[in-house]
Amino acid sequence: MKKVSLVHLKANHKGRVSEILGGAGLQHRLMSMGIYAGKEIVKLSYVGLRGPVVIKVGRSVLALGHGVALKIMVETQ
Amino acid sequence: MIRKIYLIGNPNVGKSVVFSRLTGVHVISSNYPGTTIEFIKGYLTLGNERIEVVDLPGTYSLEPASSAEKVALSLLSEYPKDEIAVVNIIDSTNLERNLLLTLQLIEEGFPTIACLNMCDDAVHRGVNLDFKKLEDILHIPVIPTCAVTGVGIRLLIERIKEAAPASRHKLSHEERWKEIGLIIEEVQRLEHRHHRLREILEDASVRPLTGLVMAAGVIYSSFKIVRFIGEFIINKITDPFFYGTVQPLLERLTLYWQEKSFLFHLLIGDLVNGKIDFKQSLGVLTTAPYIEFGMVLPYVISFYFVLSILEDIGYLPRLAILLDNVLHHLGLHGYAIIPVLLGFGCNVPGILSTRVLESKRERFIASTIISIGVPCVPLQAMIVGLLGAFGGFYVGGVYLTLFLIILVLGTILNRALPGYSPEFLLEIPPYRFPPLDILARKLYFRVKGFVFEAVPIVLAGVLVINILLYFKLFDAVTAVFAPVVQGLFGLPKGAIVALAIGFLRKDVAVGMLAPLGLSAKQLFIAATLLAVSFPCVATFIILWKELGLKDLVKSVLIMITVTIIVGTALNFVILR
Repeated sequence: MKKVSLVHLKANHKGRVSEILGGAGLQHRLMSMGIYAGKEIVKLSYVGLRGPVVIKVGRSVLALGHGVALKIMVETQ
Repeated sequence: MIRKIYLIGNPNVGKSVVFSRLTGVHVISSNYPGTTIEFIKGYLTLGNERIEVVDLPGTYSLEPASSAEKVALSLLSEYPKDEIAVVNIIDSTNLERNLLLTLQLIEEGFPTIACLNMCDDAVHRGVNLDFKKLEDILHIPVIPTCAVTGVGIRLLIERIKEAAPASRHKLSHEERWKEIGLIIEEVQRLEHRHHRLREILEDASVRPLTGLVMAAGVIYSSFKIVRFIGEFIINKITDPFFYGTVQPLLERLTLYWQEKSFLFHLLIGDLVNGKIDFKQSLGVLTTAPYIEFGMVLPYVISFYFVLSILEDIGYLPRLAILLDNVLHHLGLHGYAIIPVLLGFGCNVPGILSTRVLESKRERFIASTIISIGVPCVPLQAMIVGLLGAFGGFYVGGVYLTLFLIILVLGTILNRALPGYSPEFLLEIPPYRFPPLDILARKLYFRVKGFVFEAVPIVLAGVLVINILLYFKLFDAVTAVFAPVVQGLFGLPKGAIVALAIGFLRKDVAVGMLAPLGLSAKQLFIAATLLAVSFPCVATFIILWKELGLKDLVKSVLIMITVTIIVGTALNFVILR
């Protein structure tokens, strides 16, 4: 088990959200979009140069700004 | 008794399409979250009653995260719960995420009815739902629909009165998600499908390398198609009509008129070499209709045709991902590209849609950038029409100048204004291919909106301008601004009137430049300044409404400063 942020997770890899290092506002926003501790996600791509990270959660595809992606920690094999 | 029906749902589930189907009121819908920024009302006849239907902006949960969501939720408590019906629109292809809001609505005791929209798309994607079972679990009516084709809408209308509160324990978000997981296992069956072309393109457009290649291709071909359709309409339809039919008719009508009479001056304007010149005569019956129908309308049609396709397919949020990084330097995030693109059609809807951005700071930066650096279609069409005669190089120069202004101004604003740029957090919709009649309707309503809003102003405007010119009432204004415009910008006195008229309408203003016999450089400067300087009055009012008086004043001061710097710089430094 490795614990990394979404930015550092490799593209096309699965991970399980372990922790969200943001304030209550961010946690809540992510929660209502279906991202919360324990949820499995797949990273689709990273635009690079501090651009957004694109992930798949359930059946939705979400783009997260670099700053948000840094705050989402995931566990991966 | 139901007194009001609310449509509520996650962003981009097709609430506006359902709304149009229920009420017959046409609203713009697109395939990206946040198309509806204001609540929209219409009426549905149920039996003998006419009930108000309200289309609310999309929201993920009952606790608001953006100003648009706040609006949506404050409306829900306007009436007692037993006098309303809440139609919860759900994207069938993504039931899991949508159910959070549904559970919350039921828990809060709203009389809810679930409308599982896009059920045809769900089938295509291998998502099979057991609607009956879902109805049994939730204890509320569940109706599958496909709003773009109209399937299921009749049943939805029939069952609206069945909306009644169902009892449910209040849960925390974590518990709710757990519960939803269990529900999904019961009602949803996924068929494994091989990746098809659509999914491959969806993936490719969000990956850095393929995404950039696709973006370049999409932007380039969009420009080409807009140009091609616009020119096609001008060359094959409007120009033959104006030169072949209108001109001979007007010339015959005015054969016996005194050329110097007041009425002739108003209606026909000045003759050029004894003939009516649609671009230069400046009459209410000559140049005014020619500008609107012969120069601007063709590009309004072609621009909105291409924009509507991009919107409905769902490409724009993907562009937002790729541009996020650049826009961060301007204090915005990727999603700001949508207001900017809408602003290229008309600044008014562009500035209105800045409401999708979270903070006041972002909205200020985006609105100011749009008013200064984003020319609307009417202005662009006129620039292409007039400046294009000197060569595409100059037209390209205007765009390049405006682009640089946006970059520099945005960077300065981002550094100067307190606060930070919020992070991008956006759901990327799948590609969808809307039926042609939906596209055609959208285009029709946008073009109609343009014609009804622009034409009266243009006709009245040209009339008033001609009266003022005839009685030489502009001379006072000209005298005041002459030192700046002549001395700093290198433009003749006559251009002052045109620049002032830019406040009324940008297309007429460029039209006023035509008879002045400007050099390429002068026309280039004047056209750029028209884009940069004051926005037109419609935009101005919207800016006031959206930003408030204090920020409007700030924004206007920025506009004036930028105008003076850019005008002077272009005149002295760059084009000497």
